[in-house]
Amino acid sequence: MFFPISGVHINPFVLGILGLVIGILGGFFGVGGSFLSGPSLFSLGMPYNFVVGTDLIHIVGKSIVAARQHRILGHIDLKLAAVMVIGTLVGSEGGVDAIEALKRLGEVNLVVGLTAISVFTVISIFGAWESWQALRKSRAITDDPDGPKTDVLVFDRLAKFFQGLALGPRISLKQSGILKISIWSIVLVSFVGGFFSGFLGGGAGYIRMPAMVYLLGIPTHIAVGTDLFEIIISAGYGSIRHAMNGNVDILVALVMHTGAAVGAQLGARLTQYFSGPWIRLAFAPLPLLGAIMVAIALITGHHS
Amino acid sequence: MKEPIQKVLRYMAIELAVYAALAIAYFCLVLRFLGTWLAGLFHEQRTYYVVASILLMVGQAIGLERLGTGLSYVIRRGKK
Repeated sequence: MFFPISGVHINPFVLGILGLVIGILGGFFGVGGSFLSGPSLFSLGMPYNFVVGTDLIHIVGKSIVAARQHRILGHIDLKLAAVMVIGTLVGSEGGVDAIEALKRLGEVNLVVGLTAISVFTVISIFGAWESWQALRKSRAITDDPDGPKTDVLVFDRLAKFFQGLALGPRISLKQSGILKISIWSIVLVSFVGGFFSGFLGGGAGYIRMPAMVYLLGIPTHIAVGTDLFEIIISAGYGSIRHAMNGNVDILVALVMHTGAAVGAQLGARLTQYFSGPWIRLAFAPLPLLGAIMVAIALITGHHS
Repeated sequence: MKEPIQKVLRYMAIELAVYAALAIAYFCLVLRFLGTWLAGLFHEQRTYYVVASILLMVGQAIGLERLGTGLSYVIRRGKK
């Protein structure tokens, strides 16, 4: 089927199924899913600038659905989300400007592709190592399979550092179980996430969700829900910026979202059956899959 | 209280089947009636295109979330 805005031919059923898969993953892991949807749209023939903008606006819709489910489950820290929005918006602006600069240089596909590969690979390897260690540690703590789902964090040195930063103002995050943390720690983490959101597309949950767990010490379930809520704001802002620059094909996004909306609800409901380390371990291979897809598309120049 | 996972997965499969039929009908309508209009806005009136895009996506998200929740409720009630 021909989509006149981006000028590409894509089977709408493929888009719907892609949306469903990404929706389930997004609802379960608290990420926009751009590490998969971005490379997938790229390999379906969309130019990368349209991939970034279209993916962002589809993520807004999907995150609204998933965040509502997580809110019902009590997985959203609104205070944390409100502070994170500030850093995310500033970072997102920088990321979008970087994309526009690369478009003028004509190097957008190569630079964005190589950056995506590097970032996705590092997150995957680190996440797999940490969550595996955390699972071993949590088994040592309790051997009761029907016992409470524990959220063990093996690599907590950075979280302790950021929580101990004596830079005022400091706030308490009761929902996340953190007594005091500097606002600047939260803003810094969200700024980095925002930059990648504007630069690589998506809500950058693949960076922000692990960053919230490892750098701020937020429990995994709360990080998942809060990240989705925050993605609505950050991806919404990025979508407007990209749409103004002509990088959004809303028809493709709407079709993808029909699958993503139901997937997001299913994924969000499933989180209550898994502990934090299991969610993080299951998440680890996904960015690597995205990196492989981008690499294949870059090497072969494949636009099917 | 959490439901057993097997039961949840069974309900999800039924929801998915009913939802898929409704969603396919919906996106055929969207592509049929809004495609040309949105393409025109994209090329000629970018600001209106941006506003229309955001409103469509938020509206669709709220509508489909309600549909999903409603389906879940109806299917669970029908099974009890």
